[in-house]
Amino acid sequence: MTVERGAPIFLAREHDLHTMRVLAAAALFIASIAAHGAPIGYDGARHLLNRVGFGATDAEVRDYASLERTQAVERLLGGARREALLRPPAFVDAPFEPYYRIRQMSPEERMAAQRRLVEQGLELRAWWLREMLVTPSPLTERMTLFWHNHFATSQQKVRLGQLMYRQNALLRREALGNFGTMLHAIAKDPAMLVYLDNAGSRKQAPNENFAREVMELFTLGEGHYGESDVKEAARAFTGWSLDRGTGEFTYRRVWHDYGEKTVLGKSGRFDGDDVLDVLLARPEAARFIAGKLWREFVSPNPDPREVARWATIFREAHYEVKPLLRAILTSDAFWSAENRGALIKSPVELVVGTLRTCGISPFDLRPAVFATAALGQNPFSPPNVKGWPGGDAWITSSTLLGRKQWLERVFRGSDPATMAMTEHGDDAKAAAPGERYRRMLERGMSDYAFDVERFDRAIASAPGPARIDRLLLATDAVNALPDGLDSAERVRALVADPAYQLR
Amino acid sequence: MTMDRRAFLKLASLCPFAGAASVAWAAASPARKLFILVELKGGNDGLNMVVPYADPEYARIRPRLAIPRDQVVQLSEQSGLHPSLAPLRAAWDERRLAIVQGVGYPQPNLSHFRSIEIWDTASKSDEYLDAGWLARAFAVSPSPDSYAADGVVVGPGAMGPLAGPGARAIALTNPEQFLRNARLARAEGESRNAALAHILRVERDVMLSAERLHVGGKLATEFPRNPFGNAANTAVQLASNEAGIAVVRLSLGSFDTHANQLGTHANLLKQLGEGLAALREGLMEIDRWDSTVIATYAEFGRRPHENQSGGTDHGTSSAHLVLGGAVKGGFYGARPDLARLDGNGNLPFAVDFRGYYATFLERWWGIDSTKVLGARHAKLDFI
Repeated sequence: MTVERGAPIFLAREHDLHTMRVLAAAALFIASIAAHGAPIGYDGARHLLNRVGFGATDAEVRDYASLERTQAVERLLGGARREALLRPPAFVDAPFEPYYRIRQMSPEERMAAQRRLVEQGLELRAWWLREMLVTPSPLTERMTLFWHNHFATSQQKVRLGQLMYRQNALLRREALGNFGTMLHAIAKDPAMLVYLDNAGSRKQAPNENFAREVMELFTLGEGHYGESDVKEAARAFTGWSLDRGTGEFTYRRVWHDYGEKTVLGKSGRFDGDDVLDVLLARPEAARFIAGKLWREFVSPNPDPREVARWATIFREAHYEVKPLLRAILTSDAFWSAENRGALIKSPVELVVGTLRTCGISPFDLRPAVFATAALGQNPFSPPNVKGWPGGDAWITSSTLLGRKQWLERVFRGSDPATMAMTEHGDDAKAAAPGERYRRMLERGMSDYAFDVERFDRAIASAPGPARIDRLLLATDAVNALPDGLDSAERVRALVADPAYQLR
Repeated sequence: MTMDRRAFLKLASLCPFAGAASVAWAAASPARKLFILVELKGGNDGLNMVVPYADPEYARIRPRLAIPRDQVVQLSEQSGLHPSLAPLRAAWDERRLAIVQGVGYPQPNLSHFRSIEIWDTASKSDEYLDAGWLARAFAVSPSPDSYAADGVVVGPGAMGPLAGPGARAIALTNPEQFLRNARLARAEGESRNAALAHILRVERDVMLSAERLHVGGKLATEFPRNPFGNAANTAVQLASNEAGIAVVRLSLGSFDTHANQLGTHANLLKQLGEGLAALREGLMEIDRWDSTVIATYAEFGRRPHENQSGGTDHGTSSAHLVLGGAVKGGFYGARPDLARLDGNGNLPFAVDFRGYYATFLERWWGIDSTKVLGARHAKLDFI
């Protein structure tokens, strides 16, 4: 290949300038084919699978190592699921329990209902983390989590687990589908209608919450709309509400403002769908999403020119997500050496990724749910409508120590003395019922122990310290590892290293 | 330590307004009085916290949300506190509670996230700064070398005004737990990878602070049994630490009451009132009430007119509370003039929040606020 690439350039020197330019372009083209055409190798496969999923085993990495860039990406996109592999918790199929019925309950009944809702939330989180752990399509789950963070909605306010589940299924269905379809659906999604208060918005005094966030956080970004756009759009969304009995979307004509509105320079007797189309027609929308995906997949510092290129692809594909992801995952920026290990793992990536990479499959995932929540990422309960800030903000002294403590517990094995020393174990304030419950569940972590012999056997085809290091770390370890460590000690040292926090 | 300080200066020189860092460092750093900040996350309804109960316009524009006159904790003939804040009456009666009304800024931004960024970085409305205003203050005027930390953020959440390389700041929920786990931090070194450099800086700050934190003394003061009460307890424990700490940041929320505000807001203010009262009592117990000032802040207040959902939408200026043994109690700023709302139905501001900040920088710490804030702002007389 090298020889063939060199030849036309050599010949070009004997021709005129024009021919030389043409040939140089051809050579560049061939060179880029060559870069795409080579197998991505073990390190490339590890990079790809950790960025698109939640960790990856040695076997999975080896499986992808022989593929070329485009082959690997097509395999990921082609295998993307639109539904979860696992059956959701049983409560999602139970008859809908309306809000007003909870309000009518006696105090004791209401307390019991409250406990039931908390339990539903836990089941839902454990189910989702399990899906992330076992799915053959981790990219689907990563994108579902990405959109959950984008269209952030919290059970703290929505309360009903059933509505949170329905929204999660919607996000998964369109995770690699169409952004426009997803935006229109999310605007009518019951959990969103409750979370951003549109369910009660009427023409006499529209609620501006959804109208503002749909521009600022869901489509255009701050600075690309004005206060009057918010007020006008809020009028268009009046009457988009919730059926009290079924919890389904309903349109309340008497609440809707049928007058003319002007949003971003466009005027008409708009309803909510019209406003969403006005937003989708703006070039800022594709740029906003593309920039956010850069920070999800590449590095904390988007390159404006490359983001603009992706945004054009996204717009020309009518907001189909797969062409955009194809552009991102085959880009040189995604694969460049300087962007490897440039991102900080989220708590979900850290926890689920550690379990997946090291082949740990616990019976109960609720302790993992508590771990991600304690580390700052409680799925179905983002801190606010902007979602988790991510990046450097994942790591404060408090969360960094929490991460190290959780890793130490998993990799120290099932020593009973260790199990007793849980995070709040000897905390006098731990007497509150919530804390007791938590401690009880943390004891359920006894089967989170790392089985080093199984792990060793799984990577037996290429033994040796280098392979373990390359599997576990995205970049070189900071602390020098002492000589003579056995596999278990080596894994413990690697996960304790600051570099293990990177992906 | 020497190397750490050198690394610090190198970083500090990258901050805006930090040109004088090395000069300030060469001078002896005096001990520093404690500043406790309380963030009211989500945008607090100042109008129902400090109630203009005598203004007929107030009841008119808030048919569902107005606090009835007979329930207001009346402090003057015009204004009073929400009934949930009755625990602050004692501090008011001692004239150690200042109420600053109408705190805001020109060209207000009504986005939570942008507006709190403006407050955290003390920027202009259309200016984007990277470092928090307190991180810049510590870059200009570092705390003494012996300090455990410049600042401690209690509870989850972002570092806010302490974000950025200028401050040696840590976050913790429970100091004892922090100390137990600090042994897990042991990395040394630097990195060109920005994400890794951040992690290494956090590890180093943990190690430095852990060496100097000695907490766990028993307090007689009883703290409310809720997260804000626990955070107030932690703040008092930190205030009693022998090695100094200059700033403690607490937070409470969410005050983003777009719908059904009455109950939610009453509950939040109850936590705030009881928590601040316990904080005052605890600081008195450890004899630090006179050397501590406590101040609230938030991204914005809420719209004076209530909405149809029994809530309030994002507004602009709001009232804030300042307490401490050295505070001159009373009303500051300007009472909201409900007859003079702007085109969006919001209140104009009377006190620029950077003047509010400048008051703490200059009068509490003796730092030249122009070096931190980039311009001179009118200070208030509550200290």
